[in-house]
Amino acid sequence: MSEVLVLVETSGSTVRIPSLELLTLARRLGEPSAVLFGSPEDSVVAALAEHGATTLYAVPAPEMEEFLSLPKAEAVTDLARRLSPTAVFITSSPEGKDIAARVAVALDSGIITDAVDVTSEDGDVVATQSIVAGRFVATTRVVRSPAVLTFRPNSVEPSPAPSSATLETVDLSVSEVARGARVVATTPKESTGRPDLTDAAVVVAGGRGVGSAEGFAKVESLADALGAAVGASRTATDVGWAPHESQIGQTGKTIAPALYVAAGISGAIQHRAGMQSSKTIVAVNKDPKAPIFGIADFGVVGDLHTVLPALTEEIVRRRT
Amino acid sequence: MKVVVLAKYVPEPTATWAFEADHTLARESVEGRLSELDEYAVEQAVRLKEAGAADEVVVLTVGPAKAVDALRKALAMGADRAVHVSDEAIAGSDALGTSRVLAAAADKEGFDLVLTGMASTDAEMSVMPSMVAARLGLPQATFAGALSVEGGTATISRDLDTATTEVTVTLPAVISLTDQTDEARYPAFKAIMMAKKKPVETRSLADLGIAAGDVGLEAAGTSVLSIAPAPQRQAGTIITDEGDAATQLADFLAARGFLR
Ligand SMILES: Cc1cc2nc3c(=O)[nH]c(=O)nc-3n(C[C@H](O)[C@H](O)[C@H](O)COP(=O)(O)OP(=O)(O)OC[C@H]3O[C@@H](n4cnc5c(N)ncnc54)[C@H](O)[C@@H]3O)c2cc1C
Ligand SMILES: Nc1ncnc2c1ncn2[C@@H]1O[C@H](COP(=O)(O)O)[C@@H](O)[C@H]1O
Repeated sequence: MSEVLVLVETSGSTVRIPSLELLTLARRLGEPSAVLFGSPEDSVVAALAEHGATTLYAVPAPEMEEFLSLPKAEAVTDLARRLSPTAVFITSSPEGKDIAARVAVALDSGIITDAVDVTSEDGDVVATQSIVAGRFVATTRVVRSPAVLTFRPNSVEPSPAPSSATLETVDLSVSEVARGARVVATTPKESTGRPDLTDAAVVVAGGRGVGSAEGFAKVESLADALGAAVGASRTATDVGWAPHESQIGQTGKTIAPALYVAAGISGAIQHRAGMQSSKTIVAVNKDPKAPIFGIADFGVVGDLHTVLPALTEEIVRRRT
Repeated sequence: MKVVVLAKYVPEPTATWAFEADHTLARESVEGRLSELDEYAVEQAVRLKEAGAADEVVVLTVGPAKAVDALRKALAMGADRAVHVSDEAIAGSDALGTSRVLAAAADKEGFDLVLTGMASTDAEMSVMPSMVAARLGLPQATFAGALSVEGGTATISRDLDTATTEVTVTLPAVISLTDQTDEARYPAFKAIMMAKKKPVETRSLADLGIAAGDVGLEAAGTSVLSIAPAPQRQAGTIITDEGDAATQLADFLAARGFLR
């Protein structure tokens, strides 16, 4: 059976949800094996086996984190050369794109980024992408394997398919070229305690209409009442009302939560590119002509400064 | 120090897009421009020159005849020279093919630093910087939110989900810049006029020593089967707040199972 090399990411003792999605998709093409950096905890090995991974290639290399994505790309390239998999699956993220790009050049492989679906047709990998800010859907066949694919998070519901996984440790030596870019300082960000924006089932986002940093507290209160992550338009992050990592859109995150609430966001094409795959969209905007209403399942023409707090109160009341 | 900026000619984001029968974008008929995300790279390159860190800024594009408009814009922003790689055989190239051409053209030009945007606003792949770096055998640093250069080393910062990091990069290298770097300038009328006199060199595949069969639609590692308009989302219920919007909204959320 053909092998699909899946790059998995962990966060402490758990496997990140997008990685479980990759394993779920990989099973459509063959037998997934997982590649992970660091030494996996037992719970990680168990979760990967639970989702169908039959081999687990662990690359410990402690010094790797010092050198951006190149050592990881080199490790994946070496493994792909040795194993000749049908495909290499990676999550779409800045690092994922770097790795995919390097691997594709090294192997002269067909590469597809931001795929949302995949199938096998006559033995070839065929992927679906949402392109041009979500305006078109493209299906593309990979004609030179291994197919190198990056997938958007939330493309599929992760599902288990228990197997038993054997663990293999892979040595890595960091090349001279990879040593050319070195991380010299890291300043951790304070955790908000809210769900991760890319994994969150519910997202409440604010834009220019929120008006001020203080106004953003109304967005956060509603998010907390819904157990949601907080998002923002670029305008809101540019002026510093919300941190950059909460930006949604073409140059921010692409998300597809079950519920997206947009408050004081006009719905520019670059913003819609990041959120229009949300299952349910709610918009609060005082301008009835705001483009966001064109894609909203429920829209309120009104002032977010009164609607948001009233909604937060109503939700809290109904839940107690 | 010589800086080469990779800048792409892309359709206006608001334009109506059309595709040819072979599923490639109809680049000649759709109104185009210098990718807004590449303006940030041009801006940073010009600032390096203004600060005395760079001696020359060359802007490089691979694209159709009209791509020269993008080069003129970059020249008006302050780039010194432009290189336009244009060849019928390049049409339909995938990222592998385009990176082959860009790397060869940058190599022929010579550079200490290659700057790029974070993504092209049409293909939106964010792979070209890494691909070009891979082909040139160079280190890379992608998604830089700030850049400075001193004595053969570039220092960048990256704004990540859980941390901000500072990275030093030994030159020569390829660095991609995000829209978090400072705003790009609007060229003044005088600069636009002066840009018309700046040199734009055109290069063919033969000039770069690339065989026609190594790029283009036929050499691509992927083949597009279909491109269709995405299903349109239907607009739902829109109400005007008359004091009870919160109640109606809560009812809607409850009906969809979000208040359990
Ligand atoms: C290359 C490029 C990339 C970009 N990438 C992104 C991206 O990733 N993400 C992104 O979001 N944008 C991006 N943008 C910017 C985008 O084009 C828009 O400028 C931006 O999304 C607008 O943000 P906004 O909706 O918050 O602001 P505006 O467009 O100014 O809209 C504010 C809205 O708030 C409403 N409002 C005002 N007051 C109230 C009130 N009291 N109550 C209710 N409603 C109110 C107004 O009616 C208006 O509709 C990008 C642009 C470019 C050129
Ligand atoms: N045809 C091209 N000509 C010049 N630069 C390009 C071209 N395609 C991509 N680039 C550069 O590579 C970056 C990333 O592009 P992409 O990988 O297509 O998202 C862009 O921001 C440009 O700087």
